[in-house]
Amino acid sequence: MRKNSNGRESYLFDRATIADIQRAANDGIYKIRGFGAKRKVPHFDDLVFLGASVSRYPLEGYRETCGTNVDLGTRFAEKPLSIDIPITIAGMSFGSLSANAKEALGRGASSVGTSTTTGDGGMTKEERGHSTKLVYQYLPSRYGMNPDDLRKADAIEVVIGQGAKPGGGGMLLGQKISDRVADMRTLPKDIDQRSACRHPDWTGPDDLEIKIRELREITGWKVPIYVKVGATRTYYDTLLAVKSGADVIVVDGMQGGTGATQECFIEHVGIPTLPAVRMAAEALKELGMHREGVQLIVSGGIRSGADVAKAIALGADAVSIGTAALIALGDNNPDLEEEYNKLGTTAGFYDEWQAGDDPAGITTQDEKLAARLDPKKGGEKLANYLKVLTLEAQTLARACGKSHIRNLEPEDLNALTLEASAMAKVPLAGTDWIPGK
Amino acid sequence: MDETKKIDLKNTEVRELNRMLQKRDGNNFNYFNIINPMGAHAIATGLDNEIDVLIDGHVGYYCAGMNQQSIVTINGNAGVGVAENMMSGKVVVKGDASQSAGATGHGGLLVIKGNASARCGISMKGIDIVVGGSVGHNSAFMAQAGNLVICGDAEDGLGDSIYETVIYIKGNYGKLGADCIEKEMNEKHFLRLEKLLDKANIKDDPKKFKRLGSARKLYNFDVKNIDGY
Repeated sequence: MRKNSNGRESYLFDRATIADIQRAANDGIYKIRGFGAKRKVPHFDDLVFLGASVSRYPLEGYRETCGTNVDLGTRFAEKPLSIDIPITIAGMSFGSLSANAKEALGRGASSVGTSTTTGDGGMTKEERGHSTKLVYQYLPSRYGMNPDDLRKADAIEVVIGQGAKPGGGGMLLGQKISDRVADMRTLPKDIDQRSACRHPDWTGPDDLEIKIRELREITGWKVPIYVKVGATRTYYDTLLAVKSGADVIVVDGMQGGTGATQECFIEHVGIPTLPAVRMAAEALKELGMHREGVQLIVSGGIRSGADVAKAIALGADAVSIGTAALIALGDNNPDLEEEYNKLGTTAGFYDEWQAGDDPAGITTQDEKLAARLDPKKGGEKLANYLKVLTLEAQTLARACGKSHIRNLEPEDLNALTLEASAMAKVPLAGTDWIPGK
Repeated sequence: MDETKKIDLKNTEVRELNRMLQKRDGNNFNYFNIINPMGAHAIATGLDNEIDVLIDGHVGYYCAGMNQQSIVTINGNAGVGVAENMMSGKVVVKGDASQSAGATGHGGLLVIKGNASARCGISMKGIDIVVGGSVGHNSAFMAQAGNLVICGDAEDGLGDSIYETVIYIKGNYGKLGADCIEKEMNEKHFLRLEKLLDKANIKDDPKKFKRLGSARKLYNFDVKNIDGY
């Protein structure tokens, strides 16, 4: 260190910021990466459960039943989608993920009675074959969209946005456009594929209502239709999606993951999952449809059974996981440290999911790398993880005296910070005060 | 069965109509005539049979959406997204079509005898679209595959961010969209266009058309192309 330096790193221009500026100057393009928002925002960690004591009594941890099943799409669908646990696998595309990864997700989810979801790029035989309950995403790009696959789905999810990039479209860089991916998407190989951010044949809630009706006509009114939004103006988006005829609302907070998006988008657009759950639940309550009629699925940064239980207590009927599911399959595994080092990173930090050289064989289309992921073993790991999440959530629900996870409610929660209290609208711990109320 | 089944939408719900057209009620009619459509939405969607459907009147959004195999003729105008995501078969609009006609279509033939509004052929993925008149702005936006034939003019933004779709246009076009350029028209293209016009039963001279397609400069990110993004 120079004698005239005070040894202080600039807050505004810290080493990471300087590196970002230097990278932009060298590469001439914005930073694109995978994963979700990495900066600290108010989250479920800022809430705690009020376990039972004198005024409430708990259920026995291992003896008394605590239900976990959820029926999704009870509003209009002839065949609602029933899942055994309140945790589903979020939409992730074949293209962004390898075929083995999609198969592993299907195997893991199916073995515990829950659903997986397709992504931008259509439905693969691997995921349909190994997912007993499969949600088919209807995206702006309509890559691979066809009525035969639509009718094979157990539910349809009209995607308007995702938490990592509300207002933005999908992205799949050329190195991941294999022959199969290109063929499924009717695109030239090796191009940097940028999906549309708006649907090509409707705009606004009035059109959406007609679009949903068309999808019901094509599928004979059999399966539920979800509407997925990235968390922004969540209260109004939920009202409008319900008005448009959605059976299920899916709200994805800003911590939600992505296969590839501009970093400035990931970190600076959208609101955290914490307020989004509460806002969506408020909208459903106002319409008289909360817990009856329209279901709410929440995603974005769900990691543990505590997160699951808190999301449900705030009003969700179920949660979706994406990033956590990939980690369960083997993403960022320290066993691969040497290979992460070769890529200039380290286990726990790897987020170059857009690059196609994932040593874990998950976010790649390279056949040799993809072959590293054993879909059976991956599926077993995911199933274990989903079981743990469920057991943890049940543990917390029982402690609050609930015989079903869905019976958790905001009254069971306190906030540890002012921000969380204001966003979730639950009292600051030790007080009966909620900022703004 | 050669007999035509006549369905009056004044006294039949669209849901019941589509049930019949999709053969979910077990009928064996091959010909259907729909009267009094009165701009209803989602008429004849999700068909997957070799049937002929004649609609006498104007239709609303998404008529013949995701069509497979069927031949649907609209004796009138069509609302937003006619034949959207069509896979195969043929849809003919005798009048004009609103925006997003043939959007994301993967196959089959869409013929619009009149004009088409904005975004005709948006994100088309293999469908052939022949428009007897003119098209609105941003037609063939992000068009991936298939052919768009325009016998009239096109407004600004034609072929914006186009991939491998081929556009044939006889009239004038406004400012072309990003990465869309005029290309040479050779004998191979004249022959292709002639076939498309024949299939659409539209009489015109292929020699009077120009061909547009992708310059392929935006296929990969490059800061040098920042003006195009």
